[in-house]
Amino acid sequence: MNEQATRAGAETPMVEMRGVNKWYGDFHVLRDIDLTVRRGERIVICGPSGSGKSTLIRCINHLEEHQEGEIVVGGVPLTQDVKRIEQIRRSVGMVFQHFNLFPHLTVLENCCLSPMWVQKKSRREAEAQAMQYLERVQIAEQARKYPGQLSGGQQQRVAIARSLCMHPDVMLFDEPTSALDPEMIKEVLDVMIELAREGMTMLCVTHEMGFAKTVADRVIFMDQGQIIEENAPEPFFNAPQSERTRLFLSQILGH
Amino acid sequence: MTIRDKMIEARPAPIRTVGPLAWLRANLFSGPVNSVFTLLGLYLLYLLLAPTIQWAIIDADWVGTSRDDCSREGACWVFINARLTQFIYGLYPRAELWRVNIVFAGFAALIAWLAIPRLPFKRWVAVATLVGFPVVAYVLLYGGYFGLRVVETHRWGGLMLTLILAVVGMVAALPIGILLALGRRSQMPIVKSFCVVFIEFWRGVPLITILFMASVMLPLFLPTGVSVDRLVRALIGITLFQSAYMAEVVRGGLQAIPKGQEEAAAALGMGYWKRMGLIVLPQALKMMIPGIVNTFISLFKDTTLVMIIGLFDLLGIVQAALSDSRWLGFALEGYIFAAFMFWIFCFSMSRYSQYLERKLNTGHKR
Repeated sequence: MNEQATRAGAETPMVEMRGVNKWYGDFHVLRDIDLTVRRGERIVICGPSGSGKSTLIRCINHLEEHQEGEIVVGGVPLTQDVKRIEQIRRSVGMVFQHFNLFPHLTVLENCCLSPMWVQKKSRREAEAQAMQYLERVQIAEQARKYPGQLSGGQQQRVAIARSLCMHPDVMLFDEPTSALDPEMIKEVLDVMIELAREGMTMLCVTHEMGFAKTVADRVIFMDQGQIIEENAPEPFFNAPQSERTRLFLSQILGH
Repeated sequence: MTIRDKMIEARPAPIRTVGPLAWLRANLFSGPVNSVFTLLGLYLLYLLLAPTIQWAIIDADWVGTSRDDCSREGACWVFINARLTQFIYGLYPRAELWRVNIVFAGFAALIAWLAIPRLPFKRWVAVATLVGFPVVAYVLLYGGYFGLRVVETHRWGGLMLTLILAVVGMVAALPIGILLALGRRSQMPIVKSFCVVFIEFWRGVPLITILFMASVMLPLFLPTGVSVDRLVRALIGITLFQSAYMAEVVRGGLQAIPKGQEEAAAALGMGYWKRMGLIVLPQALKMMIPGIVNTFISLFKDTTLVMIIGLFDLLGIVQAALSDSRWLGFALEGYIFAAFMFWIFCFSMSRYSQYLERKLNTGHKR
């Protein structure tokens, strides 16, 4: 704990949110969010649907715009400036619930597109790197197929590889296993666990509590747009402090 | 309790349900009522087709030079034969027709190259078609360079003029339409309202009105001494009109692309033009092929309206020929010829678009 504290003091945090508020029209989705994520930290965010957890991580790469407060990613403050938003997005990887692979491109092209067009790598270099990451998520043999020919689990692993090809400093996972058939959840979680072991900074919105117990440094529980409880996994699951957290945990773990 | 210890292998469908005979039975003779209707339909078809074929082919006159050669009962295709040069080239000087032929041949070759999948260097051929070819075509058709005689646009006509109007209209209307559609979805209020006003204005006015305005009103606004060629005015009018239609077709396609696609592209650090150009438009355009080709086909046929501002396109020149006192009374042949020419081009476009749809389908919409 002490060691972590001194390290955090020595370097800038990966993500810092201070007093972030967001409204959809009149609906107050995020309320006074304060969250600091250190480099290499793995955070799991859970909470009932509509609690604002997806919105929170989507604010970090400005897929959603916050109206009040401050977000700093890797030392760069997030403003309206398009160049700066794109700079932040290049260093933040994101994996979506519905994969969002590009269906008109092959798996390999999905992984090469942004390295080639955004980072200006040569095709050869981008393809070599893409194959390396596809190898890592164990799907290299499908590189020439189109996303529509793959199963959900395979598509999600490709989506993770596609993000990794941009060498992100932090990865955001927005319910990566919620749209998968039960037998495919494990293959995606295995890739995420592997990624966590390698020291990637991760923010995961997920209901996979087994995953949270295995890899998370901190678990955050959100409800009605606010952070209700935040703790290391062991105390979080064994001795939740708030009544709402206890209720939520009993609902998702109780069956 | 059941336990299956051996899995069932897949086997082919029974013969009775596949093949042409089975198709006939299932679709045309599936019951007594159906059979009666099928036979009735065949009889009606016979009533309609037999006299048509008799008139158009069997009893028709094909060769000759004047109307006296049309002695038989059927169609007089001699009229078309005698006037064919005019129908294709308009009043273009006979000695210079080779120039038009080179343009026709060049255009056909480039299009064929782009359409045949096996041929290489598609990208360079496309650039040549869009950038190099129009310049070459202009120099050849209009002249004035390299010792070529100038041929004023009022001598252009017939199929040549129809193709020029249609091709220029299509090539210009698609990119303008895409920009207008993107603009209409823009977050920037000025861009958005400009595009909305532009689209709604041009879509709300009949093409005839636009052509009239271009030929009658435009000269009033230009300073004296400055004149814009009549053909150019018609081209601009058609392009602006069709680009407004194209914009709405494109917008429909853009709306069909899930929002997640753009978000994923944005999350990978792509800027607006890369998101549109690499992710959204390629998918949207693929879906929009039927709509785009539909617009192209209607554009192709709308070019006949330039007749009213004194340009003689294919239909216009056929109609002019009909009033020639030496060839009175062959309106039917003339119109059938014009209709057939238009149909050939429109049908080819339609078939090619169907082929393109099949080819571009990467199996993601299952």
